[in-house]
Amino acid sequence: MIVRGKIENLCCGNCAAKMQDKIAKLDGVLEVKISFITQKIILDVQDGNFENLLAEVEKIIRKIEPDCKVKFEAGV
Amino acid sequence: MTRENKITIYKIAVAAILYVLSLLMKNGLPVAVAAYIVVGYDVLYRALKKLLCGHAMDENFLMSIASVGAFCIGEVHEGIFVILFYKVGQLFEEMAVVRSRRSITALLEKMPEKVCVLRDGAEVVMEPDMVKVGDEIIIRPGERVAVDGVILDGFAAMDTASLTGESAPREYGIGDEVVSGFINLNGHVRVRATKIFEDSTAYKILELVENATLHKAKTENFITKFAAVYTPIVVALAAGIAILPPLFVGMDSFTVWLHRAFVFLVVSCPCALVISVPLGFFGGIGKASRSGILIKGSNYLEILSRVRAVAFDKTGTLTTGQFHIAKVETNGWEKDAFMQMVTTVEHNSKHALAVAICSGEDNSEKNVTEFEEISGLGIRAVYDGHAVLCGSRRFMENQEIRDLPKAVESTCVYVAVDGTYAGRILLEDTLRPEAICSVEALRKHGVQQIVLLTGDTADNAQKVEAALGLDAVYTELLPQDKVLKMGEYASKGAVAFVGDGINDAPVLASADIGIAMGAFGSDVAIETADVVLLKDSVCGVVDVLKISKQTMRIVKQNILFALTVKFLILLFGALGIAGMWAAVFADVGVSVLAILNAMRLMFTDK
Repeated sequence: MIVRGKIENLCCGNCAAKMQDKIAKLDGVLEVKISFITQKIILDVQDGNFENLLAEVEKIIRKIEPDCKVKFEAGV
Repeated sequence: MTRENKITIYKIAVAAILYVLSLLMKNGLPVAVAAYIVVGYDVLYRALKKLLCGHAMDENFLMSIASVGAFCIGEVHEGIFVILFYKVGQLFEEMAVVRSRRSITALLEKMPEKVCVLRDGAEVVMEPDMVKVGDEIIIRPGERVAVDGVILDGFAAMDTASLTGESAPREYGIGDEVVSGFINLNGHVRVRATKIFEDSTAYKILELVENATLHKAKTENFITKFAAVYTPIVVALAAGIAILPPLFVGMDSFTVWLHRAFVFLVVSCPCALVISVPLGFFGGIGKASRSGILIKGSNYLEILSRVRAVAFDKTGTLTTGQFHIAKVETNGWEKDAFMQMVTTVEHNSKHALAVAICSGEDNSEKNVTEFEEISGLGIRAVYDGHAVLCGSRRFMENQEIRDLPKAVESTCVYVAVDGTYAGRILLEDTLRPEAICSVEALRKHGVQQIVLLTGDTADNAQKVEAALGLDAVYTELLPQDKVLKMGEYASKGAVAFVGDGINDAPVLASADIGIAMGAFGSDVAIETADVVLLKDSVCGVVDVLKISKQTMRIVKQNILFALTVKFLILLFGALGIAGMWAAVFADVGVSVLAILNAMRLMFTDK
């Protein structure tokens, strides 16, 4: 299951790299990529209930950059 | 400019004024501290917040430590300057990133906000994402096409530049497909929507370009990994510089070394390094998308710059895919009369070869009766009372026509009249006019092997080879054979395959770089290829190769520049020559210059 999202107020390239690292280590995340330039996140998560997982992802992002806002959109 | 940026500018201005005032006053220290707080409180606040979260090593934290530290050792001016410079630099950086983001997507982002839809005979204005497949929409002059569709009524010249990069407008009429992103220049057209907004071309392309930076290049991953090691090392060095020398030299020099350690802390910020690389790639992707070339990832740009062999498909790629008459042979017939008869008969068929034979001839006379098309073989018709057969050699043999001339390998239409062989027309595919100069240009750009992989016969392919001077030609290949042939060239560097994306999807997918040409509107090609040339021209292959080289040059410049500046300032900082001002430059200053360098890519032509 692919989930895309937009990360607002992402203002540091290195932080984006750190987020990507941490999120990749979450259980249920098969792949994650964050583009600092377009402020996008794309996640490949295991099928099933991933609402909790997205909450986890958001928590990590906010922990690294507290000003960030994440908006997920259900993908294909 | 955003509201936050404006507030930052005011803060910087107020702080600067306060700071100047503090210099003029006798006991200016409180005013100087006020200046510091005005401009730096949010940096301190964020640093504290992150410290509590357990993520200390970021710019805010490093800047805070350095500036507060400077205050503590009595370097008030430097403490203020660090924060002031940092804020100014960050402002520039942010503005530059936002601007480059915008300039890349601007062309495609200007999608219409409203669409005029016909429902039950009345015009209803709605947002593009409300349009359903099958809806009829009205597009007036000056309006942008919001969703892909087919023209039902009217004709218009359309500006396709935002998608194809082609400057000349194209004419569209009833039955033609128009694509979202076109601008209607002069006509009033009624269009039936064939796709919803999210599936329409402009939206897909925008999404593709935006997501391209997610496919990261190796250089980018390398620099991210490097940064992850770099920062802790420099921070450790800073600690070492603060503690070790005073132990040996004596504690009186402690503040001097502490000062140098702060310089190290400021330089240890990894951001300039980390963003310099993806920005370069983004610039390259943006530049390409402006000229109608979609690159699906930074990684592909990197591979493109290493391409040493290019394999072309023939039909529709090096050739236009449109046939023309090469030679006419007759058996006792006068040529004009023969052609008159054939074109009149063939005029009734829509087959590609029939259309090619009739091109330029207007024979709509009605002296053809009993017209019948035998699918895959040919035509049977009665012309002026004579039974005429036109078609393949097999068709002639099936119909027991005798005395056929020796078979040729090129595409050929045989004609028989009243059961006797009358002549044949040899056809060939037209070479693209730009193919010759493109092949030359590819060689100039370091491509060593240019080969042709085709499913066509050797006879047809040889002509193309002769005209273009290719290195090798492989004929009568099935798609899987093409995949194998590509593998043979893989040892000398990356191999690119260029095809029209219609029947060579497996080859496009398996090549190091699959380039689909003229794939405008073909979803399969856009899905499978790594690079999509929206313009139907071989020149795009040359352009994309050039862009990849320019991009890699800029990426390398950025890395080298960022690393050199950081290293020099670390060195001078350790020696006590470079102060914190220089260190702040090494951080935000370098980022800004790297961004400007990347943006240069978009504003230089070719």
